[in-house]
Amino acid sequence: MNTTTTSLYRRRKRLNQLVMAACLVATGIGFLFLFAILFTLVSKGVGSISLSIFTERTRMTGGGLGNAIWGTLVMTCVATVIGTIVGVAAGTWLAEYGGKRKMAKVIRFINDVLLSAPSIIVGLFIYAVVVVPMGNFSAWAGVLSLTVIIVPVVIRSTEDMMQLIPNSLREAAAALGAHRWWIIVRVCYSGARAGIMTGILLGFARISGETAPLLFTSLNSNQWNFFQLNNEMANLPMTIYQNMTINSFIPDLVSLAWAGALILTAAILILNIAARYFSRQRS
Amino acid sequence: MTHPDSAARDTAAADGQTEQRSRSRESRPANGEVQPAVDHGASEPQSAGGRPERQGQSGGKPVSFNNEVDHERLSMTVTDLDLWYGDYQALKSLDIEIYSNTVTALIGPSGCGKSTFLRCLNRMNDLIPSARIEGRIEMDGRNVNAREMDVVALRRRVGMVFQNPNPFPKTIFENVAYAPRMHDIVSSRRDQEELVEQALRDAGLWDEVKDKLDQPGTSLSGGQQQRLCIARAIALRPDVILMDEPTSALDPISTAIIEDLMVRLRKDFTIVVVTHNMQQAARVADYTAFFHLGEIIEYNDTATLFETPATTKAEDYITGRYG
Repeated sequence: MNTTTTSLYRRRKRLNQLVMAACLVATGIGFLFLFAILFTLVSKGVGSISLSIFTERTRMTGGGLGNAIWGTLVMTCVATVIGTIVGVAAGTWLAEYGGKRKMAKVIRFINDVLLSAPSIIVGLFIYAVVVVPMGNFSAWAGVLSLTVIIVPVVIRSTEDMMQLIPNSLREAAAALGAHRWWIIVRVCYSGARAGIMTGILLGFARISGETAPLLFTSLNSNQWNFFQLNNEMANLPMTIYQNMTINSFIPDLVSLAWAGALILTAAILILNIAARYFSRQRS
Repeated sequence: MTHPDSAARDTAAADGQTEQRSRSRESRPANGEVQPAVDHGASEPQSAGGRPERQGQSGGKPVSFNNEVDHERLSMTVTDLDLWYGDYQALKSLDIEIYSNTVTALIGPSGCGKSTFLRCLNRMNDLIPSARIEGRIEMDGRNVNAREMDVVALRRRVGMVFQNPNPFPKTIFENVAYAPRMHDIVSSRRDQEELVEQALRDAGLWDEVKDKLDQPGTSLSGGQQQRLCIARAIALRPDVILMDEPTSALDPISTAIIEDLMVRLRKDFTIVVVTHNMQQAARVADYTAFFHLGEIIEYNDTATLFETPATTKAEDYITGRYG
């Protein structure tokens, strides 16, 4: 081997090591932030976690987060159910019927815009079209704004997952005399189920931590509200925000906020892990 | 090009096929004998090759035979079939008659419209938005190509096997039971089991899979998957089975098994097979149609087409000078 190629290889090897090192540093910085957040939350919040956090409503002193956790659960679940129905249907249309039609392209573009729309704009919109005409803040308005946020997520993941189903399977079913709806339901959904579920779970995780859209819509409350969706409803993100800012002079409320932040983060982490688990089931 | 029956075989499967084949040919002229060519007007001179025009189809009428096959039942009659993809005409006024309980091979160079034509027969081109089809495809007195034709009912009767094996990501059992259950042909578990066994036996796969019916169909080898797809198609007891290059993705042994299967299945089904492999057409097909640039240049019984092609195009293609 002559010397020029040897030096060329040596240079390439060194460049490779350099880039590898840069990647490691970048990854390390990312992890650092994640662990810093987790460490802060655990160190400040774990002390206040007790059973009463889940059973008591928020009070000025010694209360819990039960009403806020319940409110977040109710609104997130209702929004996810509505968002799943709308999103899966729309994603199916885009993947199976829309194709390269102009209409489908327009819808896809609008969906992408919606996917990255600032959530406070969504809240403002629902405030203007629902809260103002109705005359009061309500959980329904909160549900609607969360739905607007989750729908594009579900549409996107449904379409992507349906498109992963090989056309040869659709053809196989069609050649056996299957109706189109049968092909979609029995062949495409059964193959794309895990992926669609993952999308829904990630959407659920995303909206469970949204604050801005709830600011104008469901507002917050320190009362229990189980199923009165026409009234204001407590929720975790808003409670964290209020306790940390306008109520920051009350130590009990501040520690409740830290506990709430820890619970929310833990829940989202678990949801993400569950989503990963589902997506791995696919293969 | 050797004659099909004189070609040497070395696999056991293919041996069975030879027997089958010679039995089926009992009523036909002996091998190597030049058969009377297509009946297309006595005035027309017969030249063994040397004429580039569509000799097999003069007069624009469907090709029919005046020899030993006249008594055979017609399965499908295609009249003046045109197909466009957008502005591009892929099929040009095709006329062909397909006989029941025979194997008909469609051969020709790539892009000549064989597969496109095959997919007209069960309306699979409906799935392609830019495709426009005109003409008549008659089956039992009804026009398959008519707008009001129920494609579900049609595909129930005209099954299909694709180039690449495409079993559903379900168990072997489910793959076969799927369609009959969908069409409400069977419901009880016992009936399903019977039907699955019969279809797998007919497809020559039963002995290999009877102990692992609950395993995924995709876990089988390529050749087994293709036979599973054949079993899936014949479980519906269709009249016609369309095969689009069914062995081009398979190894030689699997190919021989499937060729043997085609010849055996002819007893119960009409088979139309697209193939790039001329030896395969010669081995399995009773009739062969030669396609070129969207037209059927020549259609005849396989022995005649291969031994004394009437057109130079067909002759050049068969002898390997072209295509």
